[in-house]
Amino acid sequence: MHVPLSYYLILSAILFGLGVLGFLLKRNIIAIFMSLELMLNAVNLSFVAFSYAWQQISGQIFVFFVIVVAAAEAAVGLAIIIMIFRNRASLNIERINLMKL
Amino acid sequence: MSEWISRHPELLVAGLKAGVLIFVLLTAVAYMVWFERKLIAHIQSRWGPYRVGPHGLLQPLADGLKFLFKEDIILTNVTSRFVYLFAPFLSLALALLAVAVIPFGPEEFELLGTRTGLYVADINVGLLFVLAVTSLGVYGVVLAGWSSNSKYPLLGGLRSAAQMISYELALTFAVVGVLLLAGTLSLREIVDGQSGTWAGFLPRWHVFPQFVAFVCFFVAGVAETNRTPFDLPEAESELVAGFHTEYSSLKFAMFFMAEYAHIITTSLLVTILFFGGWLSPFPDTAAWNFTRFLPSVLTAVLALLFFRDAFRLTNQYHRVLTFLICMGLAGLAFLLLHPTALVLAQGPFWLLAKTGMFLFVFVWTRATLPRFRYDQLMAFGWKLLVPLAVLNVFVTSFVVAWRAD
Amino acid sequence: MSAEHWLFFFFAGVAVLGALNLILQRHPIHSALSLILVMASLAVLYLLLGAEFIAAIQIIVYAGAIMVLFVFVIMVLNAGEEERTSLSRVAKFVGLPLAAVFLVEVCYVLYRAWPSEQMVVPERFLGRTEAIGKALYGEFLLPFELTAILILIALVGAVVLAQKEP
Repeated sequence: MHVPLSYYLILSAILFGLGVLGFLLKRNIIAIFMSLELMLNAVNLSFVAFSYAWQQISGQIFVFFVIVVAAAEAAVGLAIIIMIFRNRASLNIERINLMKL
Repeated sequence: MSEWISRHPELLVAGLKAGVLIFVLLTAVAYMVWFERKLIAHIQSRWGPYRVGPHGLLQPLADGLKFLFKEDIILTNVTSRFVYLFAPFLSLALALLAVAVIPFGPEEFELLGTRTGLYVADINVGLLFVLAVTSLGVYGVVLAGWSSNSKYPLLGGLRSAAQMISYELALTFAVVGVLLLAGTLSLREIVDGQSGTWAGFLPRWHVFPQFVAFVCFFVAGVAETNRTPFDLPEAESELVAGFHTEYSSLKFAMFFMAEYAHIITTSLLVTILFFGGWLSPFPDTAAWNFTRFLPSVLTAVLALLFFRDAFRLTNQYHRVLTFLICMGLAGLAFLLLHPTALVLAQGPFWLLAKTGMFLFVFVWTRATLPRFRYDQLMAFGWKLLVPLAVLNVFVTSFVVAWRAD
Repeated sequence: MSAEHWLFFFFAGVAVLGALNLILQRHPIHSALSLILVMASLAVLYLLLGAEFIAAIQIIVYAGAIMVLFVFVIMVLNAGEEERTSLSRVAKFVGLPLAAVFLVEVCYVLYRAWPSEQMVVPERFLGRTEAIGKALYGEFLLPFELTAILILIALVGAVVLAQKEP
């Protein structure tokens, strides 16, 4: 007895949905960023599943690129978050609503 | 349940092997502490542990009991109770997990009707697995430092996070040089690729063509395990005890055991990657055939040393214990002469002998070198070790490509 | 029920619970820990799909580097519990049910689109590290080099952004 491929895709969809939910519900800017990472992970799962379905290695190559981009994004994004915290002393996204201090 | 197990004997075998490995590893960790205390003492012209058992051999047992019966202080003003209790557990679990993929010898044997070898798991990406698990090790330290809600642990945790991330880079780059030569990520195949000799006497170990990588790997490995001279995260003169200041009793013991398990893993990895793992350093010819009896002979010599001690020691209990140990070792020496045991013991013997050498170096550096300053530590990692490792990758890949043409 | 079946359902469950916990927890460190849990269980699922290399990379890069950076920043900024603000009423009574319906719909379509007799047999396809290396340095050489430049730009950007103002 093995697992059908569609289960993996459904899991990916559920995780992506939870990521979107977190992105909309969370108020802490770092938590929002983490929800973003969750969405990327969900997409990676479906890439690997499709890579298996078509017996093609390129799906896994895409995951590789997604991970690289996520690393770059995390570095820059967290630097921006540190800047925001330095200027506003808050991580609440609703307090960051002015262009000018 | 029993039917399910009989249908999957490999699961039972894997569980059995994992249990044995964890038991051996925890014992080795305990005796590593004894070894370190004894060796440092001798380097500093002291005797070290001498009271509990002959040569202090029962000291680890006493230490363990002491940890067990100490008051377990759980702070009430921690930042997060769950994280505070979870961190030591995570540290120890990850430290023990990394050894699962290390192969201890080439021979296969039959166990419960399944053919299996001297490893818990033999996976294609064994090396990446070890790197992955060690890269997670930083969480235990960081979370312990953060959740203690105290300034020294926090500083220790921050230092350790920065240090471990920085040195992991040098560690991984150093490994790439070996990978280019070996062409595989499986630890078994990496060792197999090092068999044979150059010019009839020099073993084809990776340490000779990859000496720079070896130095980078070992130094970065020492830094990864937070050992002197890189023990800034737990520098007692600056930070009390660093990230585990607020832990006591068994939770402190868990951090302690995790550190020593990391040392053992790093030594095993250095042996496998650079020093030919379980391969004998002697050429595989008839003239050197007698070296096969080394495990047995060395055990017998050790038994004789204990035999001498049995008459020299003054304490009655110690004399009896020494005699018992002597008898046990002598029995083991005879057992190792059995043809099957002789073949099976070759791999583990050489692997553990070489690993023991690196454990010695770990302790030796601790007894010899002073601690770095924090900025020196960062400069050393980023400005010397990483460029050196990258340069090594460049040169190696150039040579490999040139030879392939 | 085979061992693979159990493995899939166990780790899929862990991943979903971890994702839920990420949303429900109010302290960013707890959210980060749940995300690490999700990533680790996804790595196991990659192994079940035969992608060994990606599974290892997932742990080394995602859990071992990116999330350490997150935890590090949370610690440095000493971020406290997040303040909750109530949702708008439209979002609560129309948005959430609609989102749930949409999710169920997607799941249903996926379930129908992929025949349930197409099973995942881990031995059938191995994402050998060799094959990935060949593809990266052959077919995908240009994107690979471009990501190298991207990383360099990100590196410089992060240093410039986070440095103390002169």
